[in-house]
Formats: sequence, structure tokens, C-alpha cells
Amino acid sequence: MPETVISAQKLDLTFETNDGPVHALKDITLDITEGEFVSLIGPSGCGKTTLLRVIADLEQPTGGSVSVNGLTPEQARLARAYGYVFQQAALLPWRTIEDNIALPLEVMGLDAATRTSRIKSNLELVNLSGFEKKFPWQLSGGMQQRASIARALAVEPDMLLMDEPFGALDEIVRDHLNEQLLKLWAKTKKTVVFVTHSIPEAVFLSTKIVVMSPRPGRIYEIIDCSALGTERSLDIRETPEFLKIAHQVREGLKAGHSYDD
Amino acid sequence: MSEHSLLHDKILPIGTVVLAIIALWYAAAVFLNTPFERDQAQRAGNTISFSEILPRTMAQERPVLPAPHQVFAELWDTTVGKSITSKRSLVYHSWITLSSTLLGFLMGTVLGVALAVGIVHYQTLDRSLMPWIITSQTIPILAIAPMIIVVLNAVGISGLLPKATISMYLSFFPIAVGMTKGLRSPEVMHLDLMRTYSATASQTFWKLRLPAAVPFLVTSMKVAISIALVGAIVGELPTGAVAGLGARLLAGSYYGQTVQIWSALLMAAALAGILVMTVDIIGAWVNRRMGVKPA
Repeated sequence: MPETVISAQKLDLTFETNDGPVHALKDITLDITEGEFVSLIGPSGCGKTTLLRVIADLEQPTGGSVSVNGLTPEQARLARAYGYVFQQAALLPWRTIEDNIALPLEVMGLDAATRTSRIKSNLELVNLSGFEKKFPWQLSGGMQQRASIARALAVEPDMLLMDEPFGALDEIVRDHLNEQLLKLWAKTKKTVVFVTHSIPEAVFLSTKIVVMSPRPGRIYEIIDCSALGTERSLDIRETPEFLKIAHQVREGLKAGHSYDD
Repeated sequence: MSEHSLLHDKILPIGTVVLAIIALWYAAAVFLNTPFERDQAQRAGNTISFSEILPRTMAQERPVLPAPHQVFAELWDTTVGKSITSKRSLVYHSWITLSSTLLGFLMGTVLGVALAVGIVHYQTLDRSLMPWIITSQTIPILAIAPMIIVVLNAVGISGLLPKATISMYLSFFPIAVGMTKGLRSPEVMHLDLMRTYSATASQTFWKLRLPAAVPFLVTSMKVAISIALVGAIVGELPTGAVAGLGARLLAGSYYGQTVQIWSALLMAAALAGILVMTVDIIGAWVNRRMGVKPA
């Protein structure tokens, strides 16, 4: 029986703004077990990114509780339990690719030999060997995002938290990176929490899809995707099982008032 | 690829402007120095034609506006023509001014960076210091310079340091303002990234804020070094300093030596140009090291 690694109980988060309180998250209860690939999907303003940031201890909930690896999010962050991938690659422009991947390792205080070996193995993992000495601007958007995934993996975290990592890329690159990410996930067995607003992306990648709805941000439905198996290629997007789950997600979004004006 | 050559890109445009300035300068010299020649002729009871006046306007001993070739002759004579240890060598005087400029610039940079670091990390300092920093620059330097010299002299500090203090007083400001902006320039995403690594404040400073501030620092240093030179020259005026470009300007105006004033002015301008260019070259080198995309 796999362990529960992330557990949210009746989570609430209200932002105080100049225009009055904004209820970003309401009554979120969610369990994620080890090795799962969970997508959070929903329209803008449904709180999917906020939920991810609460797990990462980048936002503080105003009610309820979260545990990550049985710890509070802050303890988990201090223990470097997760690697976080942002919407943009967020590479430091003055560091080469290898030095960018070295950044978290320097912060952790690892010695040079360990840093070098982790840089090498993680660049291999994302197929970027040979680009160590390049600066970020010399790489395409997709390659930059792969470098940022390598940087997150170099910390050797138990889980990856990904906030629309491919949202800014074109569809061709995105398909390719989705396939690579799935291979990476199969190889590393990490728990992944993945925020997206793309239905095909969510269905293709996930073992479980969390459909969220806006105002206030809450979970509308949790859809199981294990029917698609673990060995997936882009071709499965044409299969009836895939289309059925995609339809179910779309219906969920509709019923959750995601398409209301 | 289009034609790019040194001649076309640099020498031609700059040369054209230089020639235009020299032509205007000659015209102004003739115009401004003519009344003196007419006056002289009238006193002697002579009438004088324009063709006789023209050459004389460019060879007066104390002209209102010396002609370019007079200034260049003086510049040549006082740089190449004199031993650099001579009190009449402009190189010697330039060095006196340059040394206090550089010391003041260094002190100003250290002070400006230190203030910026404090301002970025402590909100109290931001609120309490920033208004004073801005106020400091609204006081005319000509008013405060003599007081700095007198006060420092009273506590037994004289020579290079009082002048350098005035340079520092002027040059710390652009550094403090630019560096504050630079240290605050990292995006929220990069700051969040450091937080996910559980980086300490000092790690975030050294690995993120400081490198992000470097381009801002280089730009402010360019402004700061030229006003540090102004500060050093101004610092030489109220002291009755015997050496330095400021002293040359002052002595020139006492004795009506306009040629000397203008050559000191041109020397100061050349010095400022060299200083800014030096900072520029260092900045370009740093940018290359930091992987800035070539334009």
C-alpha cells in the first residue's frame, strides 16, 4: 500500500486585497499518494496555482491543514522535500546552464564533486548533455524549461511540483516535452503535482486529475486515469479511453461553472 | 551585411561635429575680441580695417575668448613641453585632481553600495535614510564644499581627504539610488525559487540580488565618476589650493589668463571622457563575463 505523501484537510485561503477579501481556496480536501502523477486543472482564478504554492510553503493557508511527507509545508521546504518548476524556466541569465543547475546545490552546501556528478546525470536525464557551458539565451524555450526541470531534479527531492511548466511553449514542443516528462516520471518514480489548463495534457500525463472550479476555488471532481495504463505514447490520445476521460474532464469543468462569464 | 567601418561609423560623424565646433569657436573669438582691438586703435587715434583686426583677435595675450590654436598651443606647452613634476605642468595638476577624484569615487561607491544594501534589507532604513539622501543633493555643492574643507581642517585632516570627501558627497548618490533599484530588480519568481531552496537571506543576496544589480551599478558608476571629478575640482576652489585643475582655473581667473582657464577646462573634459570610457570598458568586460547577449 503506497503512502500518502501530500494530504490537505479542509484547506481555506482568503487573500485580503484592496477590493476586499478574495476567497482563493475553499474547503480543499485532497490526498496524494507516493508515485502518483496528479494534475490540477481548471480555469484561471480557480486556485490551482495557489494550492500548489500552499503545498510548497510559498503561501500560508488561512484555515485547515496540509501535511507534506507527514511534516508541515515549512518543515518539508526546509528539508527540501520538493523541487518546484515555474511557468517560466526562471534560469539566472548570468549563469551558464551547468551553473544554473549548481545553484540549489550551492545553497545546500554540497561539495564540488557531488555538484559536478549531479549536474552531469540530470542534464543527461533531460537530454541536454553538451549544453553545460551555454548561457540560457542561447537555448530555445523548450530547452530552457528542460534545464529548469533538471535543476529541480538535481536537489533529489521526493516530489516535483510543476506550475504550468509548458504553458508558454508551442504545442509541438509541448507534446514532445510531455512525452519526455512521462518517461522521466517512469524512470524516477517521483510524485508529481502538475498544474495545467490543458485538458489533453492533463489526461495524457496523469494518474489522477483534480478538476477545480473558480470563485471560490474548490475541488469539483477527482477523476481517475489509471485506465490508460502507465506505458503511454502520444498515440493514445486517439483512443476511445483517452477521449472518454477528456470528455469527463470537460463535463466536470462545465458543471463547475468554468465556462460561465 | 551592410558596410560598417570605423571611418563611416565613428570618425566621420564625430569629426564633423568637432570641425563645426572649431569653426564656431573661431567665429566667436573674432566677434568677442574685436571690440578690444577697436578700442586700442581708437585710443591711439588710428582707424583700423577689419582685415587688420582679424589676425590680431587670434593672438591677444588676454583675450575674452582665446582662439582654439592658442588653447591647443598652451595645452601642448604645458603637457608635452614641461616636465611632469613641474608646477607649471598640466599633467601634474591633472594628477592631483585625478587622485582625489578616484579616492572620492571609491569612497562614494563603497558608501553608496552600503546604503543600498541597508535600504533593501531594512524597511526602517528605507524610510529614514532615503529622504536625507535626496535632501543631501539639493544643497548646492559650492555652499557646502568650503564648510567640509574648514571642518576637516579644524580636526587636523588636510590634503587629499577633504577634496575626496566632496567627490564622495556627490558620487555616492547615483550609486545609492541605482544600486537600490538593482538590488530590488530580481523577479518575484526568482525570489520564490530561492525560497523553495530554503536559501538564507545572505545566500539570496550573494547569488541573486547582487549579480542582478551589476548592470545597474555599472550605469550609476558612469554617472558617479564624472561628478566625482566635478567634486574634486570644486573642492580645489575654496581652499585656495595651489595645485590641481581647480587651482589652475582659479589662478587663471585671478590673473585674467583666459588661455590657461580654457586649457584647464579642456583638460578636465578630456579627463572626464577618459574616466567614463574606462568605466564603460570595465562594464563591457563584466557584461561579457556574465553572459550578456551581445547586441
